[in-house]
Amino acid sequence: MSKEVHPALRKRLRADGVAPLISVQDLVVRYGDKEVLKSVNLDIYPGETMVILGASGSGKSTLLRHLEALARPTSGHIYIKGVDVATCTNEELQRVRRIMGVSFQSAAMFNSMTVGDNVALPLREHTKLAEPTIKLMTQMKLSQVGLEGAENLFPAQLSGGMKKRASVARALAMDPEILVFDEPSAGLDPIIGAGIDQLILHLKQAFKMTIVVVTHEMASAFLIADRMCMLHQGKIIAIGTVEEIKRHEHPRVRQFLQRIPDEPGSADANYLTGL
Amino acid sequence: MEINVKRDGARSIVYVTGDIDLYTSPQLRETVLDLFQRRNQQRVVLNLSEVHYIDSSGIASLVEGLQEAKKLHARFILVGLNEAPRHVLELTRLLNVFEIAASEEEATAADA
Repeated sequence: MSKEVHPALRKRLRADGVAPLISVQDLVVRYGDKEVLKSVNLDIYPGETMVILGASGSGKSTLLRHLEALARPTSGHIYIKGVDVATCTNEELQRVRRIMGVSFQSAAMFNSMTVGDNVALPLREHTKLAEPTIKLMTQMKLSQVGLEGAENLFPAQLSGGMKKRASVARALAMDPEILVFDEPSAGLDPIIGAGIDQLILHLKQAFKMTIVVVTHEMASAFLIADRMCMLHQGKIIAIGTVEEIKRHEHPRVRQFLQRIPDEPGSADANYLTGL
Repeated sequence: MEINVKRDGARSIVYVTGDIDLYTSPQLRETVLDLFQRRNQQRVVLNLSEVHYIDSSGIASLVEGLQEAKKLHARFILVGLNEAPRHVLELTRLLNVFEIAASEEEATAADA
Protein backbone atom coordinates (compact mmCIF):
# COMPACT_ATOMS: atom_id res chain seq x y z
CA MET A 1 0.00 0.00 0.00
CA SER A 2 2.40 2.66 -1.25
CA LYS A 3 1.88 6.39 -0.83
CA GLU A 4 2.31 7.06 -4.57
CA VAL A 5 -0.90 7.54 -6.52
CA HIS A 6 -1.79 4.37 -8.41
CA PRO A 7 -1.93 5.06 -12.19
CA ALA A 8 -5.56 3.86 -12.24
CA LEU A 9 -6.49 6.59 -9.76
CA ARG A 10 -4.86 9.51 -11.54
CA LYS A 11 -8.00 10.33 -13.47
CA ARG A 12 -10.06 10.13 -10.29
CA LEU A 13 -8.31 12.82 -8.25
CA ARG A 14 -10.57 15.25 -6.41
CA ALA A 15 -10.33 18.95 -7.35
CA ASP A 16 -7.81 19.42 -4.52
CA GLY A 17 -5.60 16.65 -5.93
CA VAL A 18 -6.53 14.01 -3.33
CA ALA A 19 -6.81 10.44 -4.63
CA PRO A 20 -9.77 8.28 -3.62
CA LEU A 21 -9.19 5.87 -0.74
CA ILE A 22 -11.73 3.55 -2.38
CA SER A 23 -12.23 3.60 -6.14
CA VAL A 24 -14.77 1.32 -7.77
CA GLN A 25 -14.21 1.18 -11.53
CA ASP A 26 -16.61 -0.53 -13.95
CA LEU A 27 -17.54 -3.08 -11.30
CA VAL A 28 -19.64 -5.95 -12.60
CA VAL A 29 -20.87 -8.74 -10.33
CA ARG A 30 -22.77 -11.72 -11.69
CA TYR A 31 -24.28 -14.58 -9.75
CA GLY A 32 -24.99 -17.24 -12.37
CA ASP A 33 -26.97 -15.53 -15.12
CA LYS A 34 -28.04 -12.68 -12.88
CA GLU A 35 -26.08 -9.44 -13.19
CA VAL A 36 -26.36 -7.86 -9.75
CA LEU A 37 -24.01 -4.90 -10.31
CA LYS A 38 -23.75 -3.39 -13.78
CA SER A 39 -20.64 -1.33 -14.38
CA VAL A 40 -20.67 0.57 -11.09
CA ASN A 41 -18.27 3.52 -10.71
CA LEU A 42 -17.80 5.15 -7.33
CA ASP A 43 -14.97 7.05 -5.64
CA ILE A 44 -14.77 7.58 -1.90
CA TYR A 45 -12.18 10.08 -0.68
CA PRO A 46 -10.25 10.10 2.60
CA GLY A 47 -12.20 11.59 5.48
CA GLU A 48 -15.57 11.69 3.77
CA THR A 49 -18.78 9.94 4.72
CA MET A 50 -20.45 8.26 1.75
CA VAL A 51 -24.00 7.05 2.23
CA ILE A 52 -25.28 4.36 -0.13
CA LEU A 53 -29.03 4.36 -0.66
CA GLY A 54 -31.19 1.91 -2.52
CA ALA A 55 -34.29 -0.19 -2.25
CA SER A 56 -34.16 -3.85 -1.28
CA GLY A 57 -32.65 -5.86 -4.12
CA SER A 58 -30.92 -2.84 -5.68
CA GLY A 59 -27.46 -4.36 -5.19
CA LYS A 60 -26.47 -2.44 -2.01
CA SER A 61 -25.43 -5.49 -0.03
CA THR A 62 -23.40 -6.86 -2.94
CA LEU A 63 -21.66 -3.51 -3.38
CA LEU A 64 -20.95 -3.36 0.35
CA ARG A 65 -19.41 -6.85 0.34
CA HIS A 66 -17.09 -5.72 -2.44
CA LEU A 67 -16.23 -2.43 -0.73
CA GLU A 68 -15.29 -4.50 2.34
CA ALA A 69 -12.98 -6.63 0.14
CA LEU A 70 -14.96 -9.71 1.11
CA ALA A 71 -15.53 -10.74 -2.51
CA ARG A 72 -13.74 -10.37 -5.81
CA PRO A 73 -15.58 -8.83 -8.75
CA THR A 74 -16.70 -10.70 -11.86
CA SER A 75 -15.04 -7.90 -13.80
CA GLY A 76 -13.87 -4.37 -13.17
CA HIS A 77 -11.71 -3.09 -10.33
CA ILE A 78 -11.97 -1.97 -6.72
CA TYR A 79 -8.94 -0.08 -5.51
CA ILE A 80 -8.70 0.21 -1.76
CA LYS A 81 -5.76 2.34 -0.65
CA GLY A 82 -4.26 1.67 -4.08
CA VAL A 83 -4.61 -2.13 -3.92
CA ASP A 84 -6.82 -3.70 -6.58
CA VAL A 85 -9.09 -6.18 -4.86
CA ALA A 86 -9.77 -7.82 -8.24
CA THR A 87 -6.19 -8.88 -8.83
CA CYS A 88 -4.25 -8.66 -5.56
CA THR A 89 -2.80 -11.64 -3.71
CA ASN A 90 -4.64 -13.18 -0.76
CA GLU A 91 -1.99 -11.68 1.52
CA GLU A 92 -2.68 -8.17 0.18
CA LEU A 93 -6.39 -8.83 0.56
CA GLN A 94 -5.85 -9.61 4.24
CA ARG A 95 -3.90 -6.38 4.68
CA VAL A 96 -6.65 -4.38 2.97
CA ARG A 97 -9.27 -5.93 5.24
CA ARG A 98 -7.28 -4.86 8.30
CA ILE A 99 -7.64 -1.18 7.47
CA MET A 100 -11.41 -1.60 7.67
CA GLY A 101 -13.78 -1.90 10.57
CA VAL A 102 -17.30 -3.11 9.98
CA SER A 103 -20.34 -2.54 12.18
CA PHE A 104 -22.92 -5.10 11.13
CA GLN A 105 -26.66 -4.52 10.96
CA SER A 106 -27.32 -7.17 13.60
CA ALA A 107 -24.43 -5.99 15.84
CA ALA A 108 -23.16 -9.62 15.54
CA MET A 109 -21.87 -9.90 19.09
CA PHE A 110 -20.90 -13.29 20.51
CA ASN A 111 -23.40 -13.83 23.30
CA SER A 112 -21.18 -16.25 25.22
CA MET A 113 -18.43 -13.65 25.54
CA THR A 114 -18.36 -10.44 27.57
CA VAL A 115 -18.56 -7.12 25.75
CA GLY A 116 -14.87 -6.59 26.50
CA ASP A 117 -13.91 -9.95 25.00
CA ASN A 118 -16.04 -9.18 21.93
CA VAL A 119 -14.19 -5.90 21.42
CA ALA A 120 -10.81 -7.51 22.12
CA LEU A 121 -11.41 -10.40 19.72
CA PRO A 122 -9.88 -8.82 16.57
CA LEU A 123 -6.84 -7.73 18.57
CA ARG A 124 -6.33 -11.22 19.99
CA GLU A 125 -6.86 -12.80 16.57
CA HIS A 126 -4.78 -10.48 14.41
CA THR A 127 -2.05 -8.96 16.56
CA LYS A 128 0.67 -10.01 18.97
CA LEU A 129 -0.19 -7.34 21.50
CA ALA A 130 0.23 -8.21 25.16
CA GLU A 131 -2.93 -8.89 27.14
CA PRO A 132 -2.61 -5.77 29.38
CA THR A 133 -2.31 -3.62 26.22
CA ILE A 134 -5.41 -5.26 24.75
CA LYS A 135 -7.36 -4.66 27.96
CA LEU A 136 -6.45 -0.98 27.97
CA MET A 137 -7.34 -0.65 24.29
CA THR A 138 -10.70 -2.32 24.91
CA GLN A 139 -11.45 0.17 27.68
CA MET A 140 -10.48 3.04 25.36
CA LYS A 141 -12.69 1.81 22.52
CA LEU A 142 -15.68 1.34 24.81
CA SER A 143 -15.11 4.82 26.22
CA GLN A 144 -15.04 6.26 22.67
CA VAL A 145 -18.53 4.89 21.97
CA GLY A 146 -20.00 5.95 25.31
CA LEU A 147 -19.86 2.50 26.96
CA GLU A 148 -17.22 3.19 29.58
CA GLY A 149 -17.12 0.40 32.16
CA ALA A 150 -19.26 -2.04 30.16
CA GLU A 151 -16.47 -4.54 29.47
CA ASN A 152 -17.67 -7.15 31.96
CA LEU A 153 -21.28 -7.14 30.81
CA PHE A 154 -22.65 -9.76 28.43
CA PRO A 155 -24.43 -8.74 25.20
CA ALA A 156 -27.75 -10.00 26.59
CA GLN A 157 -27.49 -7.36 29.31
CA LEU A 158 -27.28 -4.54 26.76
CA SER A 159 -30.10 -2.60 25.10
CA GLY A 160 -30.28 -2.51 21.28
CA GLY A 161 -28.52 0.85 21.13
CA MET A 162 -25.78 -0.27 23.52
CA LYS A 163 -25.24 -3.44 21.46
CA LYS A 164 -24.85 -1.31 18.36
CA ARG A 165 -22.33 0.91 20.17
CA ALA A 166 -20.43 -2.17 21.33
CA SER A 167 -20.27 -3.41 17.76
CA VAL A 168 -18.85 -0.03 16.74
CA ALA A 169 -16.25 -0.35 19.52
CA ARG A 170 -15.26 -3.74 18.07
CA ALA A 171 -15.10 -2.23 14.57
CA LEU A 172 -12.73 0.42 15.98
CA ALA A 173 -10.49 -2.13 17.74
CA MET A 174 -7.79 -2.22 15.06
CA ASP A 175 -7.80 1.58 14.49
CA PRO A 176 -9.26 1.24 10.98
CA GLU A 177 -8.91 3.94 8.34
CA ILE A 178 -12.27 3.00 6.88
CA LEU A 179 -15.36 2.34 8.94
CA VAL A 180 -18.34 0.63 7.33
CA PHE A 181 -21.84 0.72 8.79
CA ASP A 182 -24.54 -1.59 7.47
CA GLU A 183 -27.93 -0.12 8.42
CA PRO A 184 -26.69 1.52 11.64
CA SER A 185 -30.16 2.58 12.83
CA ALA A 186 -32.03 -0.59 11.85
CA GLY A 187 -34.29 -1.80 14.65
CA LEU A 188 -33.56 1.17 16.91
CA ASP A 189 -36.08 3.75 18.07
CA PRO A 190 -35.58 7.26 16.63
CA ILE A 191 -33.91 8.63 19.76
CA ILE A 192 -31.41 5.79 20.05
CA GLY A 193 -30.90 5.97 16.26
CA ALA A 194 -30.13 9.68 16.56
CA GLY A 195 -27.52 8.80 19.20
CA ILE A 196 -25.83 6.45 16.72
CA ASP A 197 -25.87 9.24 14.10
CA GLN A 198 -24.11 11.51 16.59
CA LEU A 199 -21.56 8.79 17.28
CA ILE A 200 -20.82 8.46 13.55
CA LEU A 201 -20.41 12.23 13.25
CA HIS A 202 -18.12 12.25 16.29
CA LEU A 203 -15.90 9.47 14.87
CA LYS A 204 -15.61 11.25 11.55
CA GLN A 205 -14.76 14.58 13.15
CA ALA A 206 -12.42 13.30 15.83
CA PHE A 207 -10.53 10.61 13.94
CA LYS A 208 -10.91 11.92 10.36
CA MET A 209 -12.16 8.48 9.40
CA THR A 210 -13.48 7.54 6.00
CA ILE A 211 -16.97 6.21 6.58
CA VAL A 212 -19.28 4.21 4.33
CA VAL A 213 -22.88 3.82 5.44
CA VAL A 214 -25.68 1.80 3.92
CA THR A 215 -29.03 2.97 5.21
CA HIS A 216 -32.70 3.40 4.43
CA GLU A 217 -33.15 6.08 7.08
CA MET A 218 -33.30 9.30 5.11
CA ALA A 219 -33.14 11.68 8.08
CA SER A 220 -30.02 9.88 9.26
CA ALA A 221 -28.52 9.84 5.76
CA PHE A 222 -29.02 13.58 5.29
CA LEU A 223 -27.43 14.29 8.66
CA ILE A 224 -24.30 12.17 8.39
CA ALA A 225 -23.49 12.17 4.65
CA ASP A 226 -20.94 14.31 2.89
CA ARG A 227 -22.01 12.66 -0.35
CA MET A 228 -24.62 10.10 -1.18
CA CYS A 229 -25.26 7.72 -4.04
CA MET A 230 -28.32 5.75 -4.98
CA LEU A 231 -28.33 2.28 -6.48
CA HIS A 232 -31.19 1.04 -8.62
CA GLN A 233 -31.23 -2.30 -10.41
CA GLY A 234 -27.48 -2.68 -10.01
CA LYS A 235 -26.55 0.77 -11.31
CA ILE A 236 -25.71 4.04 -9.61
CA ILE A 237 -28.42 6.40 -10.81
CA ALA A 238 -27.49 9.41 -8.68
CA ILE A 239 -24.46 10.64 -6.80
CA GLY A 240 -23.78 13.96 -5.15
CA THR A 241 -23.89 16.04 -2.02
CA VAL A 242 -26.94 15.95 0.24
CA GLU A 243 -28.36 19.05 -1.44
CA GLU A 244 -27.73 17.65 -4.91
CA ILE A 245 -29.51 14.41 -4.05
CA LYS A 246 -32.43 16.31 -2.51
CA ARG A 247 -32.84 18.20 -5.80
CA HIS A 248 -32.13 15.22 -8.08
CA GLU A 249 -34.70 14.74 -10.82
CA HIS A 250 -34.35 11.02 -11.52
CA PRO A 251 -37.87 9.58 -11.00
CA ARG A 252 -36.59 6.72 -8.84
CA VAL A 253 -34.70 9.14 -6.58
CA ARG A 254 -37.81 11.33 -6.25
CA GLN A 255 -39.90 8.24 -5.49
CA PHE A 256 -37.41 7.05 -2.86
CA LEU A 257 -37.15 10.45 -1.16
CA GLN A 258 -40.92 10.98 -1.17
CA ARG A 259 -41.66 7.40 -0.05
CA ILE A 260 -43.99 6.70 -2.96
CA PRO A 261 -44.75 2.97 -3.32
CA ASP A 262 -44.31 1.13 -6.63
CA GLU A 263 -47.62 0.80 -8.46
CA PRO A 264 -49.00 -2.72 -8.38
CA GLY A 265 -48.02 -4.51 -11.58
CA SER A 266 -45.36 -1.96 -12.44
CA ALA A 267 -42.67 -4.60 -12.47
CA ASP A 268 -42.56 -7.64 -14.72
CA ALA A 269 -43.78 -10.81 -13.12
CA ASN A 270 -40.51 -12.55 -12.30
CA TYR A 271 -42.11 -15.97 -11.97
CA LEU A 272 -43.09 -15.88 -15.65
CA THR A 273 -39.56 -15.10 -16.86
CA GLY A 274 -38.76 -17.35 -19.80
CA LEU A 275 -42.19 -17.29 -21.36
CA MET B 1 10.06 2.30 14.13
CA GLU B 2 13.44 2.66 15.79
CA ILE B 3 14.18 2.94 19.48
CA ASN B 4 17.38 4.22 21.04
CA VAL B 5 17.94 4.41 24.76
CA LYS B 6 20.40 6.74 26.48
CA ARG B 7 20.96 5.79 30.12
CA ASP B 8 22.47 7.98 32.78
CA GLY B 9 22.40 6.32 36.19
CA ALA B 10 18.77 5.93 37.24
CA ARG B 11 17.54 8.12 34.40
CA SER B 12 16.91 7.15 30.81
CA ILE B 13 15.88 8.93 27.67
CA VAL B 14 14.08 6.80 25.08
CA TYR B 15 14.24 8.17 21.53
CA VAL B 16 11.54 6.84 19.23
CA THR B 17 11.58 7.38 15.46
CA GLY B 18 8.68 6.36 13.19
CA ASP B 19 5.09 5.26 13.58
CA ILE B 20 3.85 3.59 16.75
CA ASP B 21 1.14 1.16 15.67
CA LEU B 22 -0.24 -2.32 16.23
CA TYR B 23 2.93 -3.88 14.89
CA THR B 24 5.57 -1.67 16.51
CA SER B 25 4.02 -0.77 19.87
CA PRO B 26 5.00 -4.09 21.54
CA GLN B 27 8.67 -3.12 21.09
CA LEU B 28 8.11 0.25 22.76
CA ARG B 29 6.14 -1.38 25.59
CA GLU B 30 8.89 -3.91 26.21
CA THR B 31 11.59 -1.22 26.24
CA VAL B 32 9.77 1.04 28.70
CA LEU B 33 8.68 -1.75 31.05
CA ASP B 34 12.19 -3.22 31.00
CA LEU B 35 13.68 0.11 32.08
CA PHE B 36 11.37 0.30 35.08
CA GLN B 37 11.17 -3.35 36.08
CA ARG B 38 14.66 -4.70 35.43
CA ARG B 39 16.91 -1.67 35.21
CA ASN B 40 15.41 0.14 38.18
CA GLN B 41 15.15 3.46 36.41
CA GLN B 42 13.65 6.23 38.50
CA ARG B 43 12.93 8.51 35.58
CA VAL B 44 12.18 7.53 32.01
CA VAL B 45 11.80 10.31 29.46
CA LEU B 46 10.14 9.33 26.20
CA ASN B 47 11.22 11.62 23.38
CA LEU B 48 8.50 11.48 20.72
CA SER B 49 9.72 14.35 18.53
CA GLU B 50 10.29 11.95 15.61
CA VAL B 51 6.88 10.31 15.97
CA HIS B 52 4.07 11.60 13.80
CA TYR B 53 1.59 8.75 14.17
CA ILE B 54 0.51 6.80 17.21
CA ASP B 55 -2.49 4.49 17.33
CA SER B 56 -4.47 3.25 20.30
CA SER B 57 -2.08 0.33 20.90
CA GLY B 58 0.70 2.91 21.23
CA ILE B 59 -1.37 4.97 23.64
CA ALA B 60 -2.14 1.82 25.64
CA SER B 61 1.60 1.08 25.79
CA LEU B 62 2.24 4.60 27.13
CA VAL B 63 -0.46 4.06 29.77
CA GLU B 64 1.21 0.82 30.81
CA GLY B 65 4.51 2.67 31.16
CA LEU B 66 2.82 5.28 33.33
CA GLN B 67 1.10 2.64 35.48
CA GLU B 68 4.42 0.89 36.03
CA ALA B 69 6.14 4.16 36.94
CA LYS B 70 3.46 5.01 39.50
CA LYS B 71 3.64 1.53 40.99
CA LEU B 72 7.38 1.96 41.52
CA HIS B 73 7.16 5.62 42.58
CA ALA B 74 9.19 6.54 39.51
CA ARG B 75 8.49 9.12 36.79
CA PHE B 76 7.52 8.64 33.16
CA ILE B 77 7.73 11.88 31.18
CA LEU B 78 6.73 12.56 27.59
CA VAL B 79 8.57 15.16 25.56
CA GLY B 80 8.45 16.42 21.96
CA LEU B 81 4.78 15.65 21.33
CA ASN B 82 3.88 16.42 17.73
CA GLU B 83 0.41 17.50 16.71
CA ALA B 84 -1.02 14.09 15.75
CA PRO B 85 0.09 12.18 18.90
CA ARG B 86 -1.09 15.13 21.05
CA HIS B 87 -4.46 15.01 19.28
CA VAL B 88 -4.83 11.27 19.96
CA LEU B 89 -4.03 11.84 23.65
CA GLU B 90 -6.64 14.61 23.75
CA LEU B 91 -9.27 12.42 22.11
CA THR B 92 -8.65 9.64 24.58
CA ARG B 93 -8.81 12.19 27.39
CA LEU B 94 -5.34 11.16 28.55
CA LEU B 95 -3.37 14.32 27.81
CA ASN B 96 -3.58 15.54 31.40
CA VAL B 97 -2.87 12.11 32.83
CA PHE B 98 0.70 12.14 31.57
CA GLU B 99 3.56 14.28 32.74
CA ILE B 100 4.56 16.27 29.67
CA ALA B 101 7.69 18.39 29.50
CA ALA B 102 8.33 21.23 27.09
CA SER B 103 11.89 20.11 26.34
CA GLU B 104 14.30 17.29 27.01
CA GLU B 105 16.31 19.61 29.26
CA GLU B 106 13.25 20.31 31.38
CA ALA B 107 12.40 16.60 31.56
CA THR B 108 15.87 15.60 32.67
CA ALA B 109 16.67 18.53 34.96
CA ALA B 110 17.87 17.35 38.38
CA ASP B 111 15.27 19.27 40.36
CA ALA B 112 12.45 18.76 37.85
